[in-house]
Amino acid sequence: MSVVKNENGRPILLAMVKAIQANKQYLGDVDGLIGDGDHGMNMNKGFTMYGDQLGEGETTFSDGLFDLGTVLLNKIGGSMGPIYGTIFMEMSDAEGDEDDITLERFGRMLQAGLDGLYGIVDARPGDKTLVDTLFPACETIKAAAAAGKDFAAALDEMKSAAETGKESTKDLVAKYGRAARLGERSKGVLDAGATSCCIILQAMADGMKEALV
Amino acid sequence: MQRILNNPDNIVDEMLAGFVKCHSDIVKLVKTSEDNPRGVVAAVDAPKAGKVGVVTGGGSGHKPAFVGYVGKNMCDAAAVGEICSSPTAVAFLEAFRAADGGQGVACLYGNYSGDNMNVKMAVKMAKREGLTVKTVVANDDVASAPKDQREKRRGVAGEIFMWKCGGAKAAKGGSLDEVIAAAQKAIDNCRSVGIGLTPCTLPAVGHPNFEIKDGTMEVGIGHHGEPGIEVCPLETAAQMAQRMVDVVLPDYPFESGDEVAVLVSGLGATPVMELYVLYDEIDKLLAAKGIKTYRRYVGNYFTSLDMMGATLTVMKLDDELKDLLDMETHTMGLTQV
Repeated sequence: MSVVKNENGRPILLAMVKAIQANKQYLGDVDGLIGDGDHGMNMNKGFTMYGDQLGEGETTFSDGLFDLGTVLLNKIGGSMGPIYGTIFMEMSDAEGDEDDITLERFGRMLQAGLDGLYGIVDARPGDKTLVDTLFPACETIKAAAAAGKDFAAALDEMKSAAETGKESTKDLVAKYGRAARLGERSKGVLDAGATSCCIILQAMADGMKEALV
Repeated sequence: MQRILNNPDNIVDEMLAGFVKCHSDIVKLVKTSEDNPRGVVAAVDAPKAGKVGVVTGGGSGHKPAFVGYVGKNMCDAAAVGEICSSPTAVAFLEAFRAADGGQGVACLYGNYSGDNMNVKMAVKMAKREGLTVKTVVANDDVASAPKDQREKRRGVAGEIFMWKCGGAKAAKGGSLDEVIAAAQKAIDNCRSVGIGLTPCTLPAVGHPNFEIKDGTMEVGIGHHGEPGIEVCPLETAAQMAQRMVDVVLPDYPFESGDEVAVLVSGLGATPVMELYVLYDEIDKLLAAKGIKTYRRYVGNYFTSLDMMGATLTVMKLDDELKDLLDMETHTMGLTQV
């Protein structure tokens, strides 16, 4: 069974940073339609700060997630600081001491991130938030682990589950966050948080596929 | 967009630098944590030993809120966020520390998802340091949710009365629970509504992020352009006053014989002379209903960048609230002798 070596975290974290940087404008545009348009700017600021902090250094996957979460929580504020800060720090805590991240352990990491998120927000699947991306991604990995599937194939499944989840927010009515004030008028547009979450999970999956041994 | 700016991304820190220089008799910038390089704004004499600390905080762009209500007999410290974006949890934590005089801290803030999350985390962090923090969440904006979902309503200019009354209670030597009760009573007795005439622009974005068509106005608009309850053709000041009073009065409800405090705040770009025109009309309507105005405030008390328009806040008074409202205060946003 293939695993991700926890010590090889750098390429995974860098893939996540680069993906957010590349999508700064796109995330701002998506947010501008029903939010206040600063999502791309804020996410880029936080991920770039972490990237600068990492510099040329090495990191484990779990330490990298913790450091990224800390930067987002402490430097970004707004809603996205505590939301992504909590997800990454909880993911890190879940299996932080393990040398080998198996598919099953990765499933537990995602579940810990989701549980941490549920501790600070009331949103659940169907509320047009990043939960609509994270929840199906987490379920897909757990199911693949239970079925004994190949790690790389499971990561590809997670990428499409995140994509489908993100796209589903287009037809949903926002119940939380600034877009909630629009009610029915929020329909027809992607949720910015669900979009950034999809970009992050897909970059994470690509980085992990590279790091599989 | 023609603005007074250097780099729009640095506007908050550059504004703070000017603010603390200008008001150095009232406030200071406290920087104690590497995790919060911006620092927090604290009263010059904070923390005051033996007094309950009063803290607030929120996104920037609402001047004088939030830092403008730090000072004598109001707030002891305020956490400062980016434009229209909650301060971080560590910023709130640093504000708690800056205000802590050994009797606990009352964090009085507005009902927005980011602020709720960051305050919640900061309260947990403070607990680990042995610091007790209790909170009151302002929800005075009538138009933001129906009355049976009052817990979902946003906090707007009623927060000023919450800080005034909570701050005065702390200054008079009230315990943490008494300060929390006074602030909670103040906000529970407040009802507010806004009318927007133009949208606002985040300096770093450069264009308005929503639209109010020329010749129209939006009744019930929020402090960040959250949609209101009705878009209608622009009306006279008298008609606007009628609409505002019709939203605010029945919700509490305020009735004949009630004594109230009235606050009319501009949203940032409306000339103050127009606010007085609006206030005069509101006063006539309240008087006609037999509602007695005990104190009135007109000016740019809680703004929304460069939005045009105004908010009306009415607070029902009792003897305790009158006493707290009457106490002298000296802050950038409100000075009362």
